[in-house]
Amino acid sequence: MKKSMKKILAVVLALTVVLACFAACGKNDGGETDNVIKIGSIGPLTGDNAVYGTAVRNGAELAVKEINAAGGINGMQIEFKMEDDVCDAEKSVNAYNNLIDWGMDILVGTVTTGACLAVAKKTAADNIFQLTPSASGDDVVSSDNCFQVCFTNSNQGSASADYIADNALAKKVAVIYDSSSDYSAGIYNSFKAEAAVKGLEIVAAEAFTADSKTDFTSQLSKAKNAGAELVFLPIYAAEAASILKQANDMGFKTQFFGCDGLDGMLDIDGFDGKLAEGTMLLTPFAKNASDDTTKKFVAAYEAAGYADDELNQFAADAYDAIYIIKAAAEKAGVTKEMSASEICDALKGAMTQISVDGVTGSAMSWKATGEVNKGPKAVKIVNGAYSAME
Amino acid sequence: MKTKSRRLGKNTKNDLITYGIVIAAFVVAEVMQATGSMSSLLRGLLVPLCMYSILAVSLNLTVGVLGELSLGHAGFMCIGAYASSIFSVCTRETITEVWIRFPLAILVGGIFAAIFGFLIGIPVLRLKGDYLAIVTLAFGEIIKNILGSVYVGYDANGVYVSLESESSLAMGADGTLLINGPLGLSDVPLDANFIIATVLLLLTLFVVLNFMNSRSGRAVMSIRDNRIAAESVGINITKYKLIAFTLSAFFAGIAGVLYSHNLGYLAAKSSNFGYNQSIMILVFVVLGGIGKMRGSVIAACILTALPELLRELNDYRMLIYAIALIIMMIATASPKANAFWEAHSLKKFISAKKENKPAKEVQ
Repeated sequence: MKKSMKKILAVVLALTVVLACFAACGKNDGGETDNVIKIGSIGPLTGDNAVYGTAVRNGAELAVKEINAAGGINGMQIEFKMEDDVCDAEKSVNAYNNLIDWGMDILVGTVTTGACLAVAKKTAADNIFQLTPSASGDDVVSSDNCFQVCFTNSNQGSASADYIADNALAKKVAVIYDSSSDYSAGIYNSFKAEAAVKGLEIVAAEAFTADSKTDFTSQLSKAKNAGAELVFLPIYAAEAASILKQANDMGFKTQFFGCDGLDGMLDIDGFDGKLAEGTMLLTPFAKNASDDTTKKFVAAYEAAGYADDELNQFAADAYDAIYIIKAAAEKAGVTKEMSASEICDALKGAMTQISVDGVTGSAMSWKATGEVNKGPKAVKIVNGAYSAME
Repeated sequence: MKTKSRRLGKNTKNDLITYGIVIAAFVVAEVMQATGSMSSLLRGLLVPLCMYSILAVSLNLTVGVLGELSLGHAGFMCIGAYASSIFSVCTRETITEVWIRFPLAILVGGIFAAIFGFLIGIPVLRLKGDYLAIVTLAFGEIIKNILGSVYVGYDANGVYVSLESESSLAMGADGTLLINGPLGLSDVPLDANFIIATVLLLLTLFVVLNFMNSRSGRAVMSIRDNRIAAESVGINITKYKLIAFTLSAFFAGIAGVLYSHNLGYLAAKSSNFGYNQSIMILVFVVLGGIGKMRGSVIAACILTALPELLRELNDYRMLIYAIALIIMMIATASPKANAFWEAHSLKKFISAKKENKPAKEVQ
């Protein structure tokens, strides 16, 4: 009998521990008494796309430190927390719910488009203000509480076609794109549409997928045989580096033109920077650029001790995002007494009235739809460094 | 009362315990939600927990009951998700009542996945063991890759499909884009909720458990245990294999319906419908015990919730998760651990108590 009592006690104790675990999850909110505003962020900190999430975390943390040192937003100190989503929509929603338990007031995220689409549905339902630094999908900002720091994909595609046509860089264009990536396919779609308007001839449109992104010789020889004067690469830096190398190996001399995904190409291990000579890209940020804002940001970033190879456009976007929130919150007069939903309503109105000078663009302003207004910057790689093009 | 429960078969009793656990978990969750003691994280996990449980149970039908290793389960989930999401998006305007639209979407998703399960099953089930595993893996990848890059749109003249780009669909001005290539469907109605998910899980368990105890189920298990003996007593091997495989695909499709209607966004990526996901489902099945449906549900819930509950550990989360997985596998599967659980099982504890007071029971 005594033995069985012990067993019952053990079972009861075990159950209590389990219940306590679950109960502990429930009481993380509250704590509104402190003079802080909580900004959360979501992005891939582990997995294949970790470099983007880490860059966003570094950029945002840098801005938070600077703002806190300078007295915060309306006297409130910023508390920043970033959750990992491994670039997956489902995990991103879990990360978002976790941040809600933490007491998040404003979301700076998510980093990638797919996850952002799923999370934007939740922020719209909960009325949480959302500003994504780098999710460039067109549908991301379909709800009125969500704004973008970066260009939309379709914006980049048509801007690229405009730039090529207006500067008479080429008439015959070949495109190599990743048909399994929403970023790449999105840019290609709008590029194709705008190219038709501007009279550019797409002589070859060659796709690859994430599962076969090492050998590009067949795509390149098709582009070469079609007589392409310029190859448009709406893809990420790692694949572009392989393409440049293989084009050089097969003796295909042409111009290459890319979007912001190519940023960071010069830092890829084992890539000969000479091959990138003359490559043009439309990007809002280039870390070797010589303008004062970029220089100041890069100096601050390096002084903060973050890894240099994570200093890319994503870090700059996130850095700007925090300052944009500061500008909007000051415009709207956000105070610590306001709930997350009230902050959202206030910021929604303020976003269309502010104009922010940031690292990724000067005089950035927003439409009510959530898209950003800023001029695209074209840079060319000359002597192993980015230099601005007119 | 006592005599009645004695008359229930051992299987029935076991099944009732399984349903009971699910219902009890549902009631606890509902009470926690009603009293506001549930965190947002846990609330957001409720539907995924049911979804992964359904996936684990359905794969267990293939792996545990049919005895064939399938590594393409996420592919069927993908088909169910796409078919039902297209249905829901198209009928959002015409069927405004969620309680009619969503059950129809579930049926559409399940049936489409079952059709593909049947078609794929015909060639695949001729293979055995490792070969079958690799071919199912390949089919899963094909499904994911095609649905992850296809553009589908429609206008007054009909439906357009392209693998190249949106503009190559060449739709009329009134055209609507349904699947936007790798971006997928960005606005699926959020119809799934915890009640429907629980009902679907119970339904899955009910069908699968009863199937196991049915004539067809026993035929399937006899094929698993000894194919030649089964064939010699006149069991139609192909037919019963296909029944089990198709049923398994059907429920995987239903899980896919829950997936897309819970997220509101659907795109076929390696992270959600790739082979990693298929293997994850297989891990649920193996950890829960091959052929044991209750174990599948419990393993799916624990392994889905664990990485989320470990978020406090930040970067070390996945490392700890991996270690926890290894420990759990050892604790549930090694012979020594099994002997320990046998010796300290709840069943033994209860029966020991009964033996202590047999006299009272008889009266």
